[in-house]
Amino acid sequence: MSWEWHRPLEAKQLLLAVLSFVFVIVGGLVLLIPPYFLQGTVPAIAGVEPYSALELEGRDLYIREGCNTCHSQQVRPFKSETGRYGPFSMAGEGIYDRPFLWGSRRTGPDLARVGGKYPDSWHWMHLVDPRQIEPRSNMPAFAFLTREPLDLSLTRRKLEVLRSLGTPYSDAEIEDAAAAAQRQAGEIAASLRKDGVDLGESGAGSEAIALIAYLQHLGRDIRWREQPIGTASLGAAR
Amino acid sequence: MAEATTPIGREAEELYDMAVVRSFALSALLWGVVGMSVGLLAALQLAWPELNFGPYLHFGRLRPIHTNAVIFGFTLGVVFAGSYYGVQRLCRVRLFSDALSRLHLWLWNGIIVAAAISLMLGHTTSKEYAELEWPLDVAVVVMWVTYAVNFFGTIARRREKPMYVALWFWMSTILTIAMLYVFNNLEAPVSFWKSYSIYAGVHDANIQWWYGHNAVGFVLTTPILGLMYYFLPKQVGRPIYSHRLSILHFWSLIFIYIWAGPHHLIYSPLPDWAQSLGTAFSIMLILPSWGGMLNGFLTLRGAWDKVRTDPLLKMFAVGLTFYGMSTFEGPMMALKTVNALSHFTNWTIAHVHSGALGWVALTCFATLYYLVPRLWHTQLYSLRLAEAHFWVATLGIVLYVTPMWISGVTQGLMWRAVNPDGSLTYTFIETVAAIHVYDVIRAGGGALFLSGVLLMVYNVVRTIQQGTSEVPAPRLAAAAAAGSR
Repeated sequence: MSWEWHRPLEAKQLLLAVLSFVFVIVGGLVLLIPPYFLQGTVPAIAGVEPYSALELEGRDLYIREGCNTCHSQQVRPFKSETGRYGPFSMAGEGIYDRPFLWGSRRTGPDLARVGGKYPDSWHWMHLVDPRQIEPRSNMPAFAFLTREPLDLSLTRRKLEVLRSLGTPYSDAEIEDAAAAAQRQAGEIAASLRKDGVDLGESGAGSEAIALIAYLQHLGRDIRWREQPIGTASLGAAR
Repeated sequence: MAEATTPIGREAEELYDMAVVRSFALSALLWGVVGMSVGLLAALQLAWPELNFGPYLHFGRLRPIHTNAVIFGFTLGVVFAGSYYGVQRLCRVRLFSDALSRLHLWLWNGIIVAAAISLMLGHTTSKEYAELEWPLDVAVVVMWVTYAVNFFGTIARRREKPMYVALWFWMSTILTIAMLYVFNNLEAPVSFWKSYSIYAGVHDANIQWWYGHNAVGFVLTTPILGLMYYFLPKQVGRPIYSHRLSILHFWSLIFIYIWAGPHHLIYSPLPDWAQSLGTAFSIMLILPSWGGMLNGFLTLRGAWDKVRTDPLLKMFAVGLTFYGMSTFEGPMMALKTVNALSHFTNWTIAHVHSGALGWVALTCFATLYYLVPRLWHTQLYSLRLAEAHFWVATLGIVLYVTPMWISGVTQGLMWRAVNPDGSLTYTFIETVAAIHVYDVIRAGGGALFLSGVLLMVYNVVRTIQQGTSEVPAPRLAAAAAAGSR
C-alpha cells in the first residue's frame, strides 16, 4: 500500500491545520450540542428553586475554599450510595448550578443530600475544628470563616447576573437581596445561639453563616428526608 | 551563503532564536519545583490535617495551585521550549517574530504568577484545570494567540517543505486547546474576580469534562508526543521507526480523543447515550495510543545497548512504558463496572500520576537534559547525576502510584460493602482512616520524585556555569588559529 496520498498534506500547512481542526470538532459537536435540544436531558423537577441570596453567597464561599476538591455532590444510582447519602442525583436538580459542583474525588463524604442531616450548630462546630466532632477526620479547620465578616456588597449584582443567564429571580428578590440575606443570617445566628454556640463578636455576621445556609439547602429541594433536622436556614427568608 | 540554501552548523546556530528557548526551559524548571513542592505539601496535608494553615494555605486552595503549576507551568514550559527548539530546526528558519517570542514568554510567566496568587486568594471558578477567573482567562487567550501566530508564522516561512510529524502534533495542540479553553471558560462576570459559568448543571459538567479530559489529551499527550517524536530519534541517532504509523497515530488519536470526556461522568445525570459514547471511544483510544508507544519503542530497536548507558533514553523508554500502561488503564476505568468502583477514589489519583509523573514528566526531563547542554554549548555536567535522577524518579513514581492504587480499591470496596442484612458495613470515616497509611507512603513517593527534580536543578545550574550562551567560534577556524596538525 502506498502512502503517497498523505505527502501533499505534509507539505501544506493550511490544509493540515484545517483538516486536523475538523477532526477534533466532530466529537465535540456530537457530544455538546444535542443535550441542549434533546427532550429528556434535563427533566424538570417540581420544588427545585433558585438559591436564596444567603445560600448563593454560601455557595460562592464553598467554591472559594475549594470544598469541591474533596466533597462530591453527585450520588450515583447504587444501593450503597443511596443508602449512605440519599436519593441519587438527577439532572433537573442542577438547573441553577453555575458552575456545577459534582466534584471528582471523595476525600470526604458526598454532600449532595447533606441538608437537614445535622443541626446548624453541628456545622458551626465542625467548621471550627472538624476533629472535635470526628477525631479521625482529615478535613482542614475553617475557623477563620466563623470570624470573617460576610461581604454582601456584590449580592444584588450576583442575582442580576444570574437572572441574565436564566435564573428566575424576581425584581423584588433582587431589590431585597442583601436585606434578605441578613434576615436569613439572623435566623441562623439565633438558632446557633439557642444551641449554645458562642458566636463571639463577629460570628453572627460571618461567612460561616452563609456557608451553613448553603449546606442546609443541599438536597432539600426534593424533600426526601422524612424527618429533617429543623434548621433556621429553611425559615421565612426563603 | 546564498539565500536559497539551507543553513547548517554555525550559520544555523546564529540564525535561530535560542535565547527564548533557554528562558522557557529555565522557567519550566522553576515552575516544576514550585508545582511539585505545593503537591508535596498537599499530600502531607491529606495525611496530617494539622498542616493546613489559615485561609491561604489549606488543601482546598492549594490543590488547584499544584495542578495549574505542574500542568500549565512545568509541562507547558517544556512544551514551549521543546516546540520552539524543534520548529526552528525542522523548518530551518528563525522563529517568526522575536517580539512575539518575548511577549509569549513574559505573558505566560506573568499568568502563572498571577494564577498562583489569585488561587491562593480564593479566586477560582472551581472547574478543574480551568480554575482561573475571567481576567486571567483573557490573558491566557492572548498568550495562546501569541504562541499560535509565532508558531504557525514560523512554519509558513519554512525552508524545508515537508513538515515532520512532531510539527503536526504541536499544530493540533495549539488549535484544539484554543477551542477547548474558550468554550469551557465562557462566563458572565460579576466583578473583576467573580463570574458565573454560562452553562448550568449537567450542561456545565458536560462541557467541563469535554475540556478537562482533553486538557489531558492536548496538553499532557499530543505536545508530549511531539517532544517524543522529535527528541527521541535525535537522542538515539536513528529515524522514527515508521512514518505510516505516525500518520495513523496522529489522525486517529486526535479524532478519537475528543469523544472520551463523558467517561468522567459515568453514572451521573448526563444522558446515558453520551456516557456510552465516552466509554466506547475510550476503549478505541487504546489503539492509537499504543500505536504511538510502539512507534517510539521500535525507534529504539537495535539500539537497546544505548539505553543501558544513557539516562535520557532510559527516561524516554520508561516514559513510553507508563504511556502504554496509563492509556490501557484509562479505558479500563471508563468501563461502567470498573468505574463504579474506581470513581471518586484514589485510583483516579493513581491513574493521573502514572501518566503525569511516568509519561509526561519523564519525557519532559529527558527533553530538558537534551536541550540544556545544547543551549549552553557544552556537555551535561554529570550524566551520573542524571542517572541518579532517573532512578530516584522511577522509585518515587512506584511509591506514589502503588499505594494510591491500593488506597483507591480499598476505599471503593469499603464504600460498597454491605452486611448480610443489607446495611452498610463501614461508616465513611472508617474508610478515611483505612487509607491514612497510603497517604503517608504517597507523600514519601512524592518527596522522592521532587528530590529527583532538585538533582536536575543542580545538574542544570552546573551545566550552565560551565557553558556559554554565545555560539562558540567555528571549530575549524579555532583549529586553524591554533596551528593545524
